[in-house]
Amino acid sequence: MNRKQKNLLIRIVAAALFFVPLYLISEETVPVRLPKPVLFLLFLVPYLLVGHDILRKAFNGIRNRQVFDENFLMTVATVGAIVLGEYGEGVAVMLLYQIGELFQSYAVGRSRRNIAALMDIRPDYANIEAGESLEQVAPDEVAVGTVIVVQPGEKIPIDGVVEQGSSSLNTSALTGESRPRAVGAGDEVLSGSINMTSLLRIRTTKEFDESTASKILDLVENAASRKSRSENFISKFARHYTPIVCCAALALAVLPPLFIMATKIGAGRYATVGAVWSDWVLRACTFLVISCPCAVVISVPLSFFAGIGGASGQGILIKGSNYLETLSNVKVVAFDKTGTITKGNFAVTAVHHSPLDDEQILEYAALAECHSSHPISKSLQAAYGKRIDRRRAADVEEISGRGVVAKVDGRSVAVGNEKQMESLGVAYRPCRHVGTIVHVALDGKYCGHIVIADEVKENAAEAMRQLKRAGVEKAVMLTGDAESVAKKVAEEVGLTDYRAGLLPADKVACVEALLGDCAGSARLAFVGDGINDAPVLSRADIGIAMGALGSDAAIEAADVVLMDDDPLKIAKAIKISRKCLGIVRQNIVFAIGVKILCLLLAALGIADMWLAIAADVGVMILAVLNAIRCLFVKNL
Amino acid sequence: MKKSYQIDVDCANCANLMEDAAKKTAGVKDCTVSFMTLKMKVEFEEGADPAAVMQEVRSNCKKVESDCEVFL
Repeated sequence: MNRKQKNLLIRIVAAALFFVPLYLISEETVPVRLPKPVLFLLFLVPYLLVGHDILRKAFNGIRNRQVFDENFLMTVATVGAIVLGEYGEGVAVMLLYQIGELFQSYAVGRSRRNIAALMDIRPDYANIEAGESLEQVAPDEVAVGTVIVVQPGEKIPIDGVVEQGSSSLNTSALTGESRPRAVGAGDEVLSGSINMTSLLRIRTTKEFDESTASKILDLVENAASRKSRSENFISKFARHYTPIVCCAALALAVLPPLFIMATKIGAGRYATVGAVWSDWVLRACTFLVISCPCAVVISVPLSFFAGIGGASGQGILIKGSNYLETLSNVKVVAFDKTGTITKGNFAVTAVHHSPLDDEQILEYAALAECHSSHPISKSLQAAYGKRIDRRRAADVEEISGRGVVAKVDGRSVAVGNEKQMESLGVAYRPCRHVGTIVHVALDGKYCGHIVIADEVKENAAEAMRQLKRAGVEKAVMLTGDAESVAKKVAEEVGLTDYRAGLLPADKVACVEALLGDCAGSARLAFVGDGINDAPVLSRADIGIAMGALGSDAAIEAADVVLMDDDPLKIAKAIKISRKCLGIVRQNIVFAIGVKILCLLLAALGIADMWLAIAADVGVMILAVLNAIRCLFVKNL
Repeated sequence: MKKSYQIDVDCANCANLMEDAAKKTAGVKDCTVSFMTLKMKVEFEEGADPAAVMQEVRSNCKKVESDCEVFL
């Protein structure tokens, strides 16, 4: 609790201690008789004690011509009740209203801190070696290329590359992934991860402001300023609700008594004309108590904020409440293949028809390709696995679109596709497997082929099932790869719909066609790795970039950023958004419903002020507690 | 030009009122107030002097909600 809240709490407790015996006296439950003026003066003590700031604010509001705020309403309602001789009710309403305010302020402050703790990746300092000792400096003063020291238990303040030392990093604040990541010299490390085991020296590669931790914090903090339709609806509602209820209260105070006096209908229930007026004015005051919109107004942004905070704790960054809302309506998901469903790293999966050992074929192929940086050569070299002695390869000639011819250990090696074999006049055997086929010929004789394919991510199939369970009706895979490759991947993960052979521009057209199919409130999400699909990401209703940690372009282009490349997170993001929007809807319906019900009951004279304030404060407490549920998304 | 300011305000509806007041201030193109993060993001008109405009925004906000504060 902060100072302001403590102060209010003390006032509330003191006023309550004063109020309760007085109330018992005024209700004649205790046999003490006090004359009315004395009672009035005594009731004034707790009233002013707990409500003086409300009265002051109401007065200021009138002076600034800002009449319809809740301070004004509370003042009019309670003063009205006291003037009508209902001292107890007037003071109680003020007391309960302040209890509600205190609770709201406390609950919001708590959840603000909870969410901040969830995103606690802001580094406070960086260590720089100054001679023998370490010097702590502010991270934004560290220039690019400085060597910083990160001790075990400390946060890495700035993105960089490990110069010296090896350790394991806890990246859970960034990715939601709790498995530690091992790093050694030469590895890139991201700010916001925590060094767990031993000291690291890191050469920074970015400024603090450009580092991952700063970017993420900036993104999450700005998320709250992109408001959703629900939030806009609520603030519009609040803008109209209060004046309407006030006018209704005025009408309720004046019209029925005039009507009763004019027509004498129902006049028999009242002893005097004064009784008619005081009954209806009291009802109007009850109206005013109910007219405070804060319960509704607080719960909606709180739900969104908690939902975004909870998601970011799981490594899912949602750039705004509006995107959270759109995400909950996603019925169609389009996927990019490479990097999203598949790992995007090509690996040797088989060696066929070789008269030699597989190892040996790989060795020749890797050596022949050792000067190339093509992904295929890289995967050949990775499959060979041993250190490559480039001196063993000579006369390397790259033939564009075909492959490589080279002399390895004095033997002539040809590596490449079918065209390469045909041009060399080597009889090759075609392969039935899907993937990139690399044929190898040794001294002009065919020596089999190597199959290189992209691997499907372990979780991809499960992710598709989860998506279906989360209510996604249609999942489509878009890829630039050949039909055969697309078909195999689609079958492997259980997708029935795919489009193959697409150029980047075709992907946009495809998404547009799918958008056309979305009816009503259904929305389309596109999931990509954010590297070369920025136009598609921005064209879809909602663009999700995955594995985006450290990729600025992807973070820029997407609306939702998945920090690691686990496809299960897609379904999780949708589930979080559904839960959050569900809670928002519950709160809107519940809070507005209770308000309207109480207004009706008050107009009919059934609800008195006690019920009105209890409903007001009660609804707010329940709505706030319900909103905080958005934070708990771990087990969705 | 956009700038972000720390604010202090007690209730969610008051934050909405502040947003309205800031939007109506001359020199402010757009403004969003987030009650949850206690931040006010202001987009200024072309050629407006942020320091002067923010003084005005602050006093307009104080008019609608005497308890609020904009930290400049």
